[in-house]
Amino acid sequence: MNGEFYKMLVCMVLFAFLSAAVASIHPFGEPPSEMDDYFIRNGQRETGANNIVTSIVFDYRGLDTLGEASVLFTAVTGVFMLFAGRK
Amino acid sequence: MNGMSKIVKVTACILIIPGIVFGLYIIMHGHLTPGGGFQGGAVIATISALFIIAYADEIRGVLDKDILSLMESMALIAFISLAFLGLSTTFFHNFLVNGGGLFGNPVSGINPGDLNTGGVIPLMNLAVGLEVYSALSLIVVVMYFGSKQEVLEDVN
Repeated sequence: MNGEFYKMLVCMVLFAFLSAAVASIHPFGEPPSEMDDYFIRNGQRETGANNIVTSIVFDYRGLDTLGEASVLFTAVTGVFMLFAGRK
Repeated sequence: MNGMSKIVKVTACILIIPGIVFGLYIIMHGHLTPGGGFQGGAVIATISALFIIAYADEIRGVLDKDILSLMESMALIAFISLAFLGLSTTFFHNFLVNGGGLFGNPVSGINPGDLNTGGVIPLMNLAVGLEVYSALSLIVVVMYFGSKQEVLEDVN
Protein backbone atom coordinates (compact mmCIF):
# COMPACT_ATOMS: atom_id res chain seq x y z
CA MET A 1 0.00 0.00 0.00
CA ASN A 2 2.75 2.40 1.06
CA GLY A 3 5.03 1.34 -1.83
CA GLU A 4 2.24 1.87 -4.34
CA PHE A 5 1.78 5.40 -3.03
CA TYR A 6 5.47 6.25 -3.50
CA LYS A 7 5.52 4.80 -7.01
CA MET A 8 2.49 6.90 -7.88
CA LEU A 9 4.16 9.98 -6.37
CA VAL A 10 7.34 9.45 -8.43
CA CYS A 11 5.26 9.03 -11.59
CA MET A 12 3.30 12.21 -10.89
CA VAL A 13 6.43 14.28 -10.24
CA LEU A 14 8.07 12.92 -13.39
CA PHE A 15 4.94 13.64 -15.40
CA ALA A 16 4.80 17.19 -14.05
CA PHE A 17 8.45 17.83 -14.98
CA LEU A 18 8.05 16.43 -18.49
CA SER A 19 4.83 18.37 -19.04
CA ALA A 20 6.53 21.59 -17.98
CA ALA A 21 9.44 20.84 -20.33
CA VAL A 22 7.14 20.20 -23.27
CA ALA A 23 5.07 23.30 -22.53
CA SER A 24 8.14 25.53 -22.45
CA ILE A 25 9.75 24.19 -25.64
CA HIS A 26 10.44 26.84 -28.26
CA PRO A 27 8.82 26.63 -31.71
CA PHE A 28 10.33 24.40 -34.36
CA GLY A 29 12.78 26.17 -36.67
CA GLU A 30 13.38 29.13 -34.36
CA PRO A 31 16.52 28.39 -32.40
CA PRO A 32 16.97 30.49 -29.27
CA SER A 33 20.56 31.51 -30.10
CA GLU A 34 22.29 32.96 -33.13
CA MET A 35 25.35 30.73 -32.91
CA ASP A 36 23.98 28.00 -35.20
CA ASP A 37 23.06 30.64 -37.79
CA TYR A 38 26.65 31.87 -37.62
CA PHE A 39 28.00 28.36 -38.23
CA ILE A 40 25.66 27.75 -41.16
CA ARG A 41 26.48 31.11 -42.82
CA ASN A 42 30.24 31.26 -42.26
CA GLY A 43 31.33 27.69 -41.57
CA GLN A 44 32.12 26.72 -45.15
CA ARG A 45 33.99 29.93 -45.94
CA GLU A 46 36.03 29.94 -42.74
CA THR A 47 36.98 26.28 -42.54
CA GLY A 48 36.69 25.13 -46.16
CA ALA A 49 34.67 22.08 -45.14
CA ASN A 50 31.31 21.24 -46.66
CA ASN A 51 30.34 19.25 -43.60
CA ILE A 52 29.30 21.73 -40.93
CA VAL A 53 29.43 19.04 -38.24
CA THR A 54 33.06 18.26 -39.10
CA SER A 55 33.95 21.94 -39.21
CA ILE A 56 32.56 22.34 -35.68
CA VAL A 57 34.05 19.12 -34.31
CA PHE A 58 37.55 19.59 -35.73
CA ASP A 59 37.86 23.36 -35.97
CA TYR A 60 35.58 25.45 -33.77
CA ARG A 61 35.49 22.90 -30.94
CA GLY A 62 38.79 21.11 -31.58
CA LEU A 63 39.61 20.98 -27.89
CA ASP A 64 36.57 18.77 -27.32
CA THR A 65 37.81 16.30 -29.93
CA LEU A 66 41.22 16.29 -28.26
CA GLY A 67 39.47 15.27 -25.05
CA GLU A 68 37.59 12.47 -26.82
CA ALA A 69 40.81 11.09 -28.31
CA SER A 70 42.46 11.27 -24.90
CA VAL A 71 39.56 9.35 -23.37
CA LEU A 72 40.07 6.59 -25.94
CA PHE A 73 43.79 6.52 -25.18
CA THR A 74 43.07 6.27 -21.46
CA ALA A 75 40.61 3.42 -22.09
CA VAL A 76 43.31 1.44 -23.91
CA THR A 77 45.73 2.11 -21.05
CA GLY A 78 43.14 0.80 -18.62
CA VAL A 79 42.63 -2.39 -20.64
CA PHE A 80 46.38 -2.94 -20.69
CA MET A 81 46.51 -2.55 -16.93
CA LEU A 82 43.55 -4.92 -16.50
CA PHE A 83 45.34 -7.69 -18.41
CA ALA A 84 48.83 -6.90 -17.12
CA GLY A 85 48.88 -9.87 -14.74
CA ARG A 86 48.49 -12.42 -17.55
CA LYS A 87 51.43 -13.79 -19.48
CA MET B 1 42.34 -24.62 -31.90
CA ASN B 2 40.44 -21.41 -31.25
CA GLY B 3 40.16 -20.42 -34.90
CA MET B 4 36.88 -20.08 -36.69
CA SER B 5 35.48 -22.33 -39.40
CA LYS B 6 36.47 -22.15 -43.04
CA ILE B 7 33.32 -20.18 -43.92
CA VAL B 8 34.19 -17.38 -41.50
CA LYS B 9 37.79 -17.28 -42.72
CA VAL B 10 36.81 -16.98 -46.39
CA THR B 11 34.19 -14.35 -45.59
CA ALA B 12 36.73 -12.34 -43.61
CA CYS B 13 39.13 -12.53 -46.56
CA ILE B 14 36.44 -11.27 -48.93
CA LEU B 15 35.32 -8.46 -46.63
CA ILE B 16 38.71 -7.09 -45.63
CA ILE B 17 39.48 -5.17 -48.84
CA PRO B 18 36.11 -3.39 -49.36
CA GLY B 19 35.87 -2.77 -45.64
CA ILE B 20 39.23 -1.03 -45.41
CA VAL B 21 38.55 0.94 -48.60
CA PHE B 22 35.18 2.04 -47.24
CA GLY B 23 36.73 3.10 -43.95
CA LEU B 24 39.46 5.07 -45.67
CA TYR B 25 36.83 6.69 -47.88
CA ILE B 26 34.85 7.79 -44.83
CA ILE B 27 38.00 9.18 -43.20
CA MET B 28 39.27 11.07 -46.25
CA HIS B 29 35.85 12.51 -47.18
CA GLY B 30 35.15 13.52 -43.59
CA HIS B 31 35.09 17.21 -44.43
CA LEU B 32 32.73 16.76 -47.40
CA THR B 33 30.22 14.06 -46.47
CA PRO B 34 28.84 12.67 -43.21
CA GLY B 35 31.46 10.72 -41.35
CA GLY B 36 34.95 11.52 -40.24
CA GLY B 37 37.85 10.16 -38.31
CA PHE B 38 35.94 8.48 -35.51
CA GLN B 39 33.43 6.76 -37.77
CA GLY B 40 35.92 5.63 -40.42
CA GLY B 41 38.34 4.41 -37.78
CA ALA B 42 35.55 2.40 -36.20
CA VAL B 43 34.71 0.83 -39.59
CA ILE B 44 38.32 -0.24 -40.13
CA ALA B 45 38.56 -1.47 -36.53
CA THR B 46 35.45 -3.61 -37.08
CA ILE B 47 37.05 -5.31 -40.08
CA SER B 48 40.26 -5.68 -38.10
CA ALA B 49 38.38 -7.31 -35.22
CA LEU B 50 36.68 -9.74 -37.63
CA PHE B 51 40.06 -10.65 -39.11
CA ILE B 52 41.70 -11.07 -35.71
CA ILE B 53 38.93 -13.32 -34.38
CA ALA B 54 38.72 -15.39 -37.58
CA TYR B 55 42.46 -15.99 -37.88
CA ALA B 56 43.28 -16.11 -34.16
CA ASP B 57 45.54 -19.17 -34.43
CA GLU B 58 47.58 -17.98 -37.38
CA ILE B 59 47.91 -14.45 -36.05
CA ARG B 60 48.86 -15.26 -32.47
CA GLY B 61 52.61 -15.41 -32.88
CA VAL B 62 52.88 -12.86 -35.68
CA LEU B 63 50.89 -9.93 -34.35
CA ASP B 64 52.97 -7.31 -32.59
CA LYS B 65 51.07 -5.24 -30.04
CA ASP B 66 53.89 -2.72 -29.83
CA ILE B 67 53.33 -1.57 -33.42
CA LEU B 68 49.65 -0.89 -32.77
CA SER B 69 50.49 0.87 -29.52
CA LEU B 70 53.13 2.99 -31.24
CA MET B 71 50.67 3.86 -34.03
CA GLU B 72 48.07 4.97 -31.50
CA SER B 73 50.51 7.16 -29.60
CA MET B 74 51.92 8.66 -32.79
CA ALA B 75 48.44 9.50 -34.11
CA LEU B 76 47.52 11.27 -30.88
CA ILE B 77 50.82 13.17 -30.90
CA ALA B 78 50.22 14.17 -34.54
CA PHE B 79 46.76 15.47 -33.62
CA ILE B 80 48.13 17.56 -30.76
CA SER B 81 51.02 18.79 -32.94
CA LEU B 82 48.60 19.93 -35.64
CA ALA B 83 46.70 21.80 -32.95
CA PHE B 84 49.90 23.42 -31.70
CA LEU B 85 51.04 24.43 -35.20
CA GLY B 86 48.26 27.01 -35.32
CA LEU B 87 49.42 28.55 -32.08
CA SER B 88 50.52 31.78 -33.82
CA THR B 89 46.82 32.74 -33.70
CA THR B 90 45.15 30.38 -31.25
CA PHE B 91 45.29 26.76 -30.19
CA PHE B 92 43.51 24.67 -32.88
CA HIS B 93 43.69 27.51 -35.42
CA ASN B 94 43.13 26.26 -38.97
CA PHE B 95 46.35 27.59 -40.51
CA LEU B 96 46.11 25.81 -43.88
CA VAL B 97 42.63 26.88 -44.98
CA ASN B 98 42.26 29.13 -48.04
CA GLY B 99 46.04 29.24 -48.36
CA GLY B 100 46.21 27.65 -51.81
CA GLY B 101 48.61 24.93 -50.75
CA LEU B 102 47.93 21.55 -49.19
CA PHE B 103 44.16 21.21 -48.61
CA GLY B 104 43.98 24.94 -49.18
CA ASN B 105 41.60 25.52 -52.10
CA PRO B 106 39.20 28.33 -51.20
CA VAL B 107 35.52 27.38 -51.26
CA SER B 108 32.76 29.66 -52.44
CA GLY B 109 29.25 28.32 -52.81
CA ILE B 110 28.58 24.69 -53.59
CA ASN B 111 31.56 22.34 -53.41
CA PRO B 112 30.78 19.28 -55.57
CA GLY B 113 33.54 17.17 -54.06
CA ASP B 114 36.86 18.98 -54.16
CA LEU B 115 38.97 16.98 -51.71
CA ASN B 116 41.71 19.60 -51.59
CA THR B 117 39.80 21.84 -49.19
CA GLY B 118 39.33 22.05 -45.47
CA GLY B 119 42.79 23.15 -44.37
CA VAL B 120 43.95 21.17 -41.38
CA ILE B 121 40.66 19.25 -40.98
CA PRO B 122 41.52 16.29 -43.33
CA LEU B 123 44.87 15.83 -41.63
CA MET B 124 43.19 15.80 -38.22
CA ASN B 125 40.61 13.36 -39.56
CA LEU B 126 43.43 11.08 -40.70
CA ALA B 127 45.18 11.29 -37.33
CA VAL B 128 41.98 10.61 -35.37
CA GLY B 129 41.03 7.76 -37.73
CA LEU B 130 44.41 6.11 -37.22
CA GLU B 131 44.12 6.59 -33.48
CA VAL B 132 40.60 5.13 -33.25
CA TYR B 133 41.53 2.18 -35.48
CA SER B 134 44.64 1.24 -33.52
CA ALA B 135 43.01 1.84 -30.13
CA LEU B 136 39.96 -0.34 -30.84
CA SER B 137 42.07 -3.06 -32.49
CA LEU B 138 44.41 -3.00 -29.52
CA ILE B 139 41.50 -3.43 -27.10
CA VAL B 140 40.25 -6.43 -29.14
CA VAL B 141 43.73 -7.98 -29.35
CA VAL B 142 44.56 -7.53 -25.67
CA MET B 143 41.19 -8.75 -24.40
CA TYR B 144 40.88 -11.70 -26.82
CA PHE B 145 44.37 -13.09 -26.39
CA GLY B 146 44.54 -12.07 -22.73
CA SER B 147 41.37 -13.97 -21.84
CA LYS B 148 42.81 -17.17 -23.34
CA GLN B 149 45.90 -17.10 -21.16
CA GLU B 150 46.39 -18.23 -17.62
CA VAL B 151 46.59 -15.81 -14.77
CA LEU B 152 50.02 -15.58 -13.22
CA GLU B 153 50.54 -16.57 -9.65
CA ASP B 154 50.23 -13.95 -6.97
CA VAL B 155 52.75 -11.28 -7.91
CA ASN B 156 52.76 -9.49 -4.56
